[in-house]
Amino acid sequence: MTKSLFYSISFHALMIALTVLSLPFMIRQPVDLPPIISVELIQISDKTNIPFAPKARKVIEKVKEEEKRVVSEQAPPAAKAKEKPDRIPLPQDQKEKKEIVKKKQNPEEVKPEIRQASEFEKKELVDTNQIAALIDKAKEESAKVEKQDNKLTQSSVKNSFATGLTLSEEDALRAQIFGCWTVPLGLPYDDNLLVRIKLELKQDGTISKSEILDHERMNRPGQKFYKVLAESALRAVRICQPLKVPQTGYEKWKNIQLNFNPTEMLKG
Amino acid sequence: MKKLFFILVIFFNFNYAYSLIEVDITRGNLDPLPIAVSPLHVDAQSDNLQDIKVKELGDLISSVIESNFKSTGLFNPLNKDAFVQKPDIAHLKPRFEDWSLITAQALVTGKILIKDNKLKVEFRLWDVAAAKEMVALAFTTTPTNWRRVAHIISDKIYERLTGETGYFDTRIIYVSETGPKTQRVKRLAIMDQDGVNVKYLTLGNELVLTPRFNPTNQLVTYLSYFRNLPRVYLLDIETGIQEVVGNFPGMTFAPRFSPDGKKIIMSFAENGNSDIYTMDLESRLVEKITDHSAIDTSPSYSPDGKYICFNSDRSGLQQIYTMNSDGTNVKRISFGDGIYGTPVWSPRGDLIAFTKVRAGRFYIGVMRSDGTGERLLTENFYQEAPSWSPNGRLLVFYRETKSGNDGEGFTAKLWSIDITGYNERQIKTETDASDPSWSTLLSK
Repeated sequence: MTKSLFYSISFHALMIALTVLSLPFMIRQPVDLPPIISVELIQISDKTNIPFAPKARKVIEKVKEEEKRVVSEQAPPAAKAKEKPDRIPLPQDQKEKKEIVKKKQNPEEVKPEIRQASEFEKKELVDTNQIAALIDKAKEESAKVEKQDNKLTQSSVKNSFATGLTLSEEDALRAQIFGCWTVPLGLPYDDNLLVRIKLELKQDGTISKSEILDHERMNRPGQKFYKVLAESALRAVRICQPLKVPQTGYEKWKNIQLNFNPTEMLKG
Repeated sequence: MKKLFFILVIFFNFNYAYSLIEVDITRGNLDPLPIAVSPLHVDAQSDNLQDIKVKELGDLISSVIESNFKSTGLFNPLNKDAFVQKPDIAHLKPRFEDWSLITAQALVTGKILIKDNKLKVEFRLWDVAAAKEMVALAFTTTPTNWRRVAHIISDKIYERLTGETGYFDTRIIYVSETGPKTQRVKRLAIMDQDGVNVKYLTLGNELVLTPRFNPTNQLVTYLSYFRNLPRVYLLDIETGIQEVVGNFPGMTFAPRFSPDGKKIIMSFAENGNSDIYTMDLESRLVEKITDHSAIDTSPSYSPDGKYICFNSDRSGLQQIYTMNSDGTNVKRISFGDGIYGTPVWSPRGDLIAFTKVRAGRFYIGVMRSDGTGERLLTENFYQEAPSWSPNGRLLVFYRETKSGNDGEGFTAKLWSIDITGYNERQIKTETDASDPSWSTLLSK
């Protein structure tokens, strides 16, 4: 009797122990805490420029100070210094121009996808073959050119993080040109109606230089409408001037490209 | 080392250059272009002519140009009272500031000289905003032709400003109608596209119908009933000589030239069944193009002459079909409600104009040559017979409206409309008019 009681108690105890150990709700997992993320609150200003990081600010200020010192040591820039540094004709440039002229003479050779690089675009192109020539030239040039380079660097540093106009500035400009542009009505709806015009603006918003990109298309057979369209776009810009441009940041919007495309409007 | 330094300087300079700002302009205004047409300056050395008031000629020519532009709906000729600069100086060197002040975007100036009974007209078109000349031409002709010179100048300016060929130096032939509806007298008449210089080509003894211009010259084909039998005629407008092309049996309809002007295409009924036939004008050989038990009528060639569009009721209701010029590959292209008729292929080749009747109303519309993109341009009580302007920009058609208090009478007038559906306007005619057909440009 005592023996059977002992067996019963020990088996019951074993069963209770197994139950306690094997049931999942009895196991307590440790709480998983997410990693702590630090958040820096930034106040958004009108210009929505990202502020410089403290380290970068120090570096920039150091550079500025150095440059200020350099500028103050040099003589004030002469009136001629305003000329663009890349006006000096390079042998490679001349070659390039000659090639373009050849293409013009034979319009059949010009494929639709090839577009003639404008003066503006040529500036932006970086040709590694030309760099050595540029360096050699730069050695021979006077300090005037160097000064201009420095000048560009200064202003670039100031606005290096700011590109383009703000949305409201862009809208104002767009709305102004909408009003001036009389769209010619005899346009074929299914053709490519994009006209790109590059402008160089003065500080008051008047145009110092205007150029129709893809202008070789105007003389192609069957593209009479393109000439009319391009002329209407150019007329619109001229009628509109002075353009509504921001009072500050001239360097940002000095060169601007307007893409005229009436396709959506004509198709309704 | 120095080289490396310079390379780095240049590299960073390029990196610091601003990315070019691009602004997309996707809208503009569709207002008519403001244009100033300065009166043409009459040279003091001009001879006097008995029939023409030479001094007024400058004003007259500029008025014709102005009214041409106004009729397009694409231009807004500015009021002459606002002009600051006088015509003699404006023709040599316009003061662009004065013209831009009155919001002119384009300026037309010109000079007239009459010497030895010849009229010499010079004109220049200026872009006011760009301050440059866009086109300059001179014409010499007989003084009585001054209206045509005005139309040719209008064409040149229209072409330069829109990129399309003009349509001002053209004529419209139509059926002039007089008298009550039961005893209508129908005569062939021709006029300039602006409704001036009307000439009557037939006397009205016989019923005339469906005059059509030859696309290559000034020949006209039309249908006339002689002793109740239909005859197809050819008429040379310049000489006035008429000839009968042929007598055809039964009901004959709507003869029309092929694009090369060498054939006439028409429909007539043989053994009670109407089919489409062509006739070679040189050999007078008649060829049957369609052979179907349904009624096939109103054929019209595509401008390249490869295809023909026509009416047929082979599907039950009258619809528009296209086929190759030899009659093969017949395809139905109209599938809308109602019935379709009088299809005419555009001179540009992209569109087919038609008349549609739905729920008792008549519509003039256009669709692409594959039947897609149907657009109804105008709707009325009764209107039909669209004909294209030579540049494929406008349609001329005729419209009958009820007149009198109880709607007992009616009038038929010619109307024109732009393919956009805008600029619907009546072309003024001396009498009632129907069945218009627009000529090609007289000066090519």
